[in-house]
Amino acid sequence: MTPRAPVYVRKVRAFPAAGRPRREPLLPRFDMELTERCDNDCIHCCINRPAGDAAAKAAELSTAEVKRLLAEGAALGALTVRFTGGEPLLRDDFREIYLAARRLGLKVILFTNARGITPALVDLFARVPPLETIEVSVYGMHRRSYEAVSRRPGSFREFRRGVRLLLDRGIPFVVKGAVLPPNRGERREFERWALTIPGMDKRPPAYSLFFDPRHRRDNPAKERAIRRLRLPPREGAAWQAEGGPEYFDEMNRFGSKFLGPPGAGLFRCGMGRRVCIDAYGKAQGCLPLRAPEMAFDLRQGSLKEAVTRFFPLRAAAAARNPAYLERCARCFLKSLCEQCPAQSFLENGTFDTPVEYLCDVAHAQAAGIGLIAEGEKAWTIGNWRERIRRVRLTARRGR
Amino acid sequence: MKKTMDLNAIYVPSDDVVAREIEGELIIVPLTSGVGDMEDELYTLNETGRAIWDGLDGKKPLKDLIAGLASQYAAPADVITKDVTGLMAELLKRRMIVARPPE
Repeated sequence: MTPRAPVYVRKVRAFPAAGRPRREPLLPRFDMELTERCDNDCIHCCINRPAGDAAAKAAELSTAEVKRLLAEGAALGALTVRFTGGEPLLRDDFREIYLAARRLGLKVILFTNARGITPALVDLFARVPPLETIEVSVYGMHRRSYEAVSRRPGSFREFRRGVRLLLDRGIPFVVKGAVLPPNRGERREFERWALTIPGMDKRPPAYSLFFDPRHRRDNPAKERAIRRLRLPPREGAAWQAEGGPEYFDEMNRFGSKFLGPPGAGLFRCGMGRRVCIDAYGKAQGCLPLRAPEMAFDLRQGSLKEAVTRFFPLRAAAAARNPAYLERCARCFLKSLCEQCPAQSFLENGTFDTPVEYLCDVAHAQAAGIGLIAEGEKAWTIGNWRERIRRVRLTARRGR
Repeated sequence: MKKTMDLNAIYVPSDDVVAREIEGELIIVPLTSGVGDMEDELYTLNETGRAIWDGLDGKKPLKDLIAGLASQYAAPADVITKDVTGLMAELLKRRMIVARPPE
């Protein structure tokens, strides 16, 4: 028998590799919002500024600053950086930033509307692949619906051209939708098209349904408009339930793993373990958490300082608001609910005020899968473990 | 026919990959396309592979690297030779190393 040659090189899809004990790096991954500017002016957008906003552009991190922060992230052990915005491809130096990230050994996730995808850029992605999937936001399947959302004439044609370039060069990407009045009737068409995209791997697309208000709390009129675009909670839950058995299976898996009353601790999300850097160099615990007292200025200090000293202190914060302690802290749906300090701040200007809309959404979702009855308040339910067990059992029998 | 590896050659990590040490583990991240079989794969080396990789300093020919490792690990040279040439062949196949042109 020929002895088998030893395996010196092992492929790993993720880090840390399975089965090999080690510490997790200080910063496994991080986000960089390269700009808040965007070539679209979407009706639901929580952050965009006009593409030509000179003041915003002047305040953005310089190329050198972005590169320094990428290097700091890599030095802290990050393996992946996500470039988002705004529209990150609006940066004149995007190519240089992308290459800098890849040369540091970072994998790159790119969030884009695809309008700025050019032949030169797909050549770059083909030669130096991002190693992570590009995520393309889709606002409509037709010019009329798309541009009713993007409010930019010609944007649909540019989006389609960008997608075509990616497809033609075989650059892996996925598409995701935002459910808005102009495109609500296009779901089936969108999903049929999404199935033809190789990077989707036959999975249904993800949707944004419950839109954030303006992250900078800078435009009350637009905030009111965004709130009007949100699906009513029951309709949102019904939309998700149309995902079919996979949705219910996922909800059940999620429920049995993560549901349960959280207590008074505000940050159950691992805040600060995955830092987001805004366009102006502020490190935040997550993208929407833009309260000044929760942001660390990376023009004054290092990413390491932010990760090791700044965020751990803030992550220990506890709720004091009696309404939060009475409801959210005792609510077994808390992990299902998008209520969090960031959302509370966006809606109410405090970190621990229940967000009624999100509470209603979580209750509608829970009622939709049979965890609670209509009108029941989840924080009053003592036998929640039994509820979860019963729903799982029913789902199993149904299969 | 299997090609014999030139033990007088000097090999260095290729520009097509980025080698990173994260929490004590060497991770090889493809930079250009075609290094891995899939576009999202990373690579790590076993303990032997790591010791050999660390010796790819662009100065020593393979035979010196083998001699150094044999002395460091008090192991027979033929065992080390087999390990080194085995790893080099695998790394060359994956374009993770290149032979440095003679000066």
